[in-house]
Amino acid sequence: MVSTGVVPVLITTFLASAVEAIEMVTIVVGVGATRGWRSTIIGTVSGFGVLALVILILGAALQGIPIGPLRLVVGALLLVFGLQWFRKGIMRVAARGLAGMAGEQPEEAAEWTGPGIDWTAFVLAFKGVVLEGLEVAFIVVAFGASAGQLGAGILGGVGAIVVVGGTGLALHQTVRRIPRSFLQLIVGILLTTFGSFWSLEGLGVNWPASDGAILGLLVIYVATATTYITLERRRAFGMRAAA
Amino acid sequence: MVRAGSWIVGFFRFWYHFIIGDDWTMAAAVFVGLVISAILNSNHVVAWWLIPIVVVVMLGISLRRASARR
Repeated sequence: MVSTGVVPVLITTFLASAVEAIEMVTIVVGVGATRGWRSTIIGTVSGFGVLALVILILGAALQGIPIGPLRLVVGALLLVFGLQWFRKGIMRVAARGLAGMAGEQPEEAAEWTGPGIDWTAFVLAFKGVVLEGLEVAFIVVAFGASAGQLGAGILGGVGAIVVVGGTGLALHQTVRRIPRSFLQLIVGILLTTFGSFWSLEGLGVNWPASDGAILGLLVIYVATATTYITLERRRAFGMRAAA
Repeated sequence: MVRAGSWIVGFFRFWYHFIIGDDWTMAAAVFVGLVISAILNSNHVVAWWLIPIVVVVMLGISLRRASARR
């Protein structure tokens, strides 16, 4: 098997990008609203320029690698990274349910009134876009290339940034209410599922039911998440009751 | 020179954060699980079951450890 369907690639890369785009948009809108928009927009556009360059270079490099070793390396990386989001998602959903980012305020609130570029706004917006976007740029390109659907992967990633960015500019309080922790949990489960599948396929291991094993893994990991969220809540409740 | 140094530090910090994250034992367990899966597979032993077990068990251990720290 060489390629995975377009729909799972689009869904996974869209959701993965949406998780980081929420934070990215919160930072950019927060900086723009408090320090002024001109330097914030220049910083944001420069940040996206760097990300586009990373995607171009990484995409070209990954397409030249044979699919077997690519799936082993990318699958293992997605697995260890996906597990981190899986774990964080369980902890955050257990603690806060479906709450968004409301209440978390961006730093540096003083408005810039001087001439020229406001370097604080530029650097905050640039770093916000590059730091939040770099991991996702890697996930989008690696996931797309391993699935044999690089175009769909990039489309999913860019689509999420456009949708979340558009929502952020139109209604910036709404973006902060999107349940980021829950999205992070879903993406963690998806990345862990595909990471498990691809890393073992890259080793030459045969899965029972071939691609159908992806669905089986998904069911096991969703059941694991539900069980651990329940256990974490009980543990937290027990601690509060004992205190 | 200082800028090149900070780029190199940033590069390694990115990969450390990406692979190791908050709990290095999960990445180590995945690595060991993949090595054992490769050995089993090269000896024609069914190996697909190991990684899902590693994932489920390590998540439980890591969550328990994080709860104990809080």
